[in-house]
Amino acid sequence: MRRTFAPWADPDAKPLIRFENVTKRFGEAVAVDHLTLDVFEGEFFCLLGPSGCGKTTLMRMLAGFEFPTEGVITLAGQSLEGVPPYRRPVNMMFQSYALFPHMSVEKNIAFGLKQDGLPKAEIADRVGEMLRLVQLEKLARRYPSQLSGGQRQRVALARALAKRPKVLLLDEPLGALDKKLREETQFELMDIQHELGMTFVVVTHDQEEAMTMADRIAVMDHGRIVQVATPGEIYEQPKTRFIAEFVGDVNILEGHVQGQENGLWHVKSPSAEAPLTIDDPDEVLHSGQAVAIAVRPEKMVVQREKPGPDALNVLTGEVWDIGYLGDWTVYRIRLATGEILRVSCANVSRFVESPIDWDEQVYVTFAPGAAVILAE
Amino acid sequence: MTRRLSLFNITSLVLGFAFLYLPILLLVVYSFNGSRLVTVWGGFSTQWYGALFRNQALMEAAWVTLRIALLSASIATVLGTLAALALTRYGRFTGRTLFTGMVYAPMVMPEVITGLSLLLFFVAIDLDRGFWTITLAHTTLTMCFVTVVVQARLMTFDRSLEEAAMDLGAPPLRTFFSVTLPLIAPSIVAGFLLAFTLSLDDLVIASFNTGPGATTLPIKIYSQVRLGLSPEINAASTILIGLVTAGVISATLLSKRSVLRSRRNAH
Repeated sequence: MRRTFAPWADPDAKPLIRFENVTKRFGEAVAVDHLTLDVFEGEFFCLLGPSGCGKTTLMRMLAGFEFPTEGVITLAGQSLEGVPPYRRPVNMMFQSYALFPHMSVEKNIAFGLKQDGLPKAEIADRVGEMLRLVQLEKLARRYPSQLSGGQRQRVALARALAKRPKVLLLDEPLGALDKKLREETQFELMDIQHELGMTFVVVTHDQEEAMTMADRIAVMDHGRIVQVATPGEIYEQPKTRFIAEFVGDVNILEGHVQGQENGLWHVKSPSAEAPLTIDDPDEVLHSGQAVAIAVRPEKMVVQREKPGPDALNVLTGEVWDIGYLGDWTVYRIRLATGEILRVSCANVSRFVESPIDWDEQVYVTFAPGAAVILAE
Repeated sequence: MTRRLSLFNITSLVLGFAFLYLPILLLVVYSFNGSRLVTVWGGFSTQWYGALFRNQALMEAAWVTLRIALLSASIATVLGTLAALALTRYGRFTGRTLFTGMVYAPMVMPEVITGLSLLLFFVAIDLDRGFWTITLAHTTLTMCFVTVVVQARLMTFDRSLEEAAMDLGAPPLRTFFSVTLPLIAPSIVAGFLLAFTLSLDDLVIASFNTGPGATTLPIKIYSQVRLGLSPEINAASTILIGLVTAGVISATLLSKRSVLRSRRNAH
């Protein structure tokens, strides 16, 4: 069911949230720069980018803590212009969790419902429901200072979900958790989102987190959106060098276009003796154009034997470093040009007869379809 | 930090505290003196406390002092808290540094000058000196202390708590009363207690701005001592010392606790 969910591909679908040419300036500094973006109902949407890229400002504008300098934000077709945070059907889970320290867990969760003036019995029901959802029934009467980091995170989530907002905003929701807990919580968040069918907008600087959870990711840089796509597209077809380098690990080979033959591009790079052959038919390039070729480490192969004369995309170097990670081994290969390539190799077998060793002369190859050409 | 106390340290500690508290201790001890003579020990007795409570003039002065202290501390707490909110919350408005300085100035201003300038002001606006002028003068004196204490708390206040309240549907005023105020309350109470004790033991400013029928306890004690020492005064002073000590200690504990709490929640 999840797999067929792609409202962004449907031209008739109406977005739930729409940023139209939104700009936000703080004095001279431009935090968000003429940004246009659609988010659809039921989406798990991630805003990804380095710190200072404007993702948090974008989220705060959605929550109503900041207002756009120019442009309009609409929610379910209605403009949010001048609507204060307490009148928006949007709730936020804060990075610091912002739990009220003078209120118990129950009171924290009930806070938003009380503001709506719901009857007491209904508030109690909903609080109970939320506590069950985040598995904190036993801690209802505790105070935030008596909870662990993971428990606080759940309370914050339950409090933000209690009002059943149209959109839930999550600001670095897992940032304060340790690695193991973070991974578990990622899947829990996805389950909860799926169960409630709510629209989640998550701000994160952690690309792994974004890749795991999101239906779509918007990569931001300097107040602009560089690419909006599914995690797979972002990883396999990054639009720019910035995205290729920001999301996952990547090897970049620089070169100049020589020409096209049978739909394959030939690129002359100082890193390789023979011209490189790249299968990236969507790119429109001209001869002599400077380009960057991006190849993911797991799409490169390292071998000791010299490849045959017909082999494409052969690079020569020596092993500079070996990192054994258990599931993967990462080789750092130094080319004659001084560039260091990162090649990762799945450890499919428990024993290897003569493993590649430090300082050995090796050959690195990759298939034409493994690489992406990025216009400089 | 955990170095053992050496003989030198102990000696200097004892000497320092003796220098600070020996006179007060002497006064407290002599308030329990059985003899009428202030400098001769005549056995333990609480008779002067009894005499004190029967002394109409002293009791009246104490009552006036208490009323002034409560009232001026209350006004100072409201004004001081508002000033602290304005100074920490409204960003960098023009002249903020100047305003901050001006709020703090009364703390270091010689009391004689504060007292005199207030007197001149009250004369100029033709306000009869008495209960109200002392109350106003004490409000002026103590407000800045409230501001300092509350401001210290507001500086460490996590603004996202207020944002969270608004995000959950609470308009600004309700956010203030349901989230901000309960969290800064300990520091407000601490500020109130400081203001209260300052007003309680002030002599200089009160003497400048007093009038008929508004004799505070410090003024009364001071004028009585000029006529000759009486053990009743010792008793009255002992009670005053007790009150002030209690006030200052609770103020310190409260503000410390509220800062600690805000720090704990930052994690």
